[in-house]
Amino acid sequence: MKKNLIALAVLAAGVSACATAPSDYALYTKSLAVMKASFSAKGQAKLDRLDQDTLQRTCSEYSGENGLPKDVAAKIEKEQLAQVKFPADGQMLGDWKSGEKIAQSGRGGQFSDDPAKPSGANCYACHQLTKAELSYGTIGPSLYNFAKVRGYGPDVQKYAWTKVYNSHALSACSSMPRFGHQKILTEGQIKDIVALLMDPNSPVNK
Amino acid sequence: MNRTWEAAARAACAALFLAAGGALAQERTAVEEIERYRQALADGNPAELWEARGEALWKQKAGPKNASLEKCDLGLGPGVVKGAYAELPRYFADSGKVEDLESRLVTCRMTLQGLTAAEAKKDPFGGSGKKVVNDALVAFITAESRGHVMNVKTDHPKEAEAFEIGKTIFFHRGGPYDFACATCHAVDNIRIRLQDLPNLTKKADAQRAYTSWPAYRVSQGEVRTFQWRLEDCFRQQRFPHLEFTSEASVALTLFLAKNANGAPFNAPAIKR
Ligand code: HEC
Ligand code: HEC
Repeated sequence: MKKNLIALAVLAAGVSACATAPSDYALYTKSLAVMKASFSAKGQAKLDRLDQDTLQRTCSEYSGENGLPKDVAAKIEKEQLAQVKFPADGQMLGDWKSGEKIAQSGRGGQFSDDPAKPSGANCYACHQLTKAELSYGTIGPSLYNFAKVRGYGPDVQKYAWTKVYNSHALSACSSMPRFGHQKILTEGQIKDIVALLMDPNSPVNK
Repeated sequence: MNRTWEAAARAACAALFLAAGGALAQERTAVEEIERYRQALADGNPAELWEARGEALWKQKAGPKNASLEKCDLGLGPGVVKGAYAELPRYFADSGKVEDLESRLVTCRMTLQGLTAAEAKKDPFGGSGKKVVNDALVAFITAESRGHVMNVKTDHPKEAEAFEIGKTIFFHRGGPYDFACATCHAVDNIRIRLQDLPNLTKKADAQRAYTSWPAYRVSQGEVRTFQWRLEDCFRQQRFPHLEFTSEASVALTLFLAKNANGAPFNAPAIKR
């Protein structure tokens, strides 16, 4: 699949791709058409969710047995980092108690979810965060003692904000959703989540 | 059907209750408990009720043509049920399409019984007291492949194409959460909350997962088919609704089934 980009570039240059075997680009186009014909809109999940932005497209192409080349990763991180929005008032920490509730909730984005209700972030689906919550996933690393280990300073706050806002800004093609970039969480909710990670009184750092 | 499943369920509940009171309980993970529950129920799976209903539906005359499904060709010739599921999905010359079991049943109900496509695809999954035809037929037919070694082919160009499309869909990231199947199912030994996630790109995991569907879900009191499994994972992926027996669903099923080749099929199973 990794040759898709090259195939695209070749097509864009007006040179026809290999005439016999279907090119990866042809397979991609065909697969997308098959998907479009196979899904129907339901609730908030419309068919445009099958379309990919540049990041989704690139990360799909380089997944599976195809490793992500260093230069492509660096380009993605640069592009995504440029789009991270920091809070206008410069204040990155909200209320960790509210952050804990957001980290627990798996609601949001599914056609079975009510779009009128605020989304959760379901951090616990993928991460250990506190000693108290034993039902945590292991898709991502443990975040227990996050700031206790790294420090409570502004650089670590900024790192945590960036990671939650757009995880690909720091590690391209991460499995972690882009909570800020994709507008899953509001600015206020991200503040609460960052407080959960950064507040010395948060159970994360106990 | 030699033992009633109620008796087995009672025994399993008693075992769980005793274990919960015992000193070992804390050391056992929820996963191990479920595994024990599954084993205790293994020779008394409620799916047997679906299997029996499915066998009756297979033989029962129905539809405008008042015909049974007994002449339906599941790939090994008209009426051959034994072992058929272990070689599905496959290309069928009569429909000119690659079909999984569930789409093949739609085809047979249309051609043999005279149903319209809409009628044959209506209400594929049971729930809250509603009994449906699809999950019963699937339970019956898949049970007839128990012990048969998975042997899905990609010799026909349409099968080879379906495999590639299925693979592409598996890695297709999209939607507000940027998820693909691969996000949750392409890494070893990970879990969401406490639920283990099979790495469907690795042979051993793919075999274990694929050969255990359809399954009786204890939490839902229903037999769930592979089409249901895909639809529900796409929901969690924040994708739109996967149409029952759609081309994407069949391609994805063929990709996953082929990855399970070489393992004996062992379903309907029982799951949490
Ligand atoms: C679907 C899975 C998933 C979800 C949901 C998720 N993450 Fe992650 N997260 C990951 C993965 C995988 C990594 C490691 C790869 C990387 O750094 O991107 C990670 C990395 C991180 C890191 C960097 C860890 C380090 O040691 O530097 C932080 C911080 C983090 N996540 C916070 C969060 C928070 C807070 C939430 C909820 C708002 C969250 N994650 C939700 C998968 C997830
Ligand atoms: C956001 C996470 C997530 C995504 C994305 C996802 N799944 Fe799943 N999948 C799960 C979970 C959780 C389970 C276990 C559910 C359970 O035990 O009830 C599961 C179970 C399965 C199983 C059954 C495994 C078994 O051993 O019983 C299969 C097969 C499967 N998924 C395939 C897929 C495919 C194909 C896709 C893409 C269309 C996909 N999944 C996308 C989370 C996900």
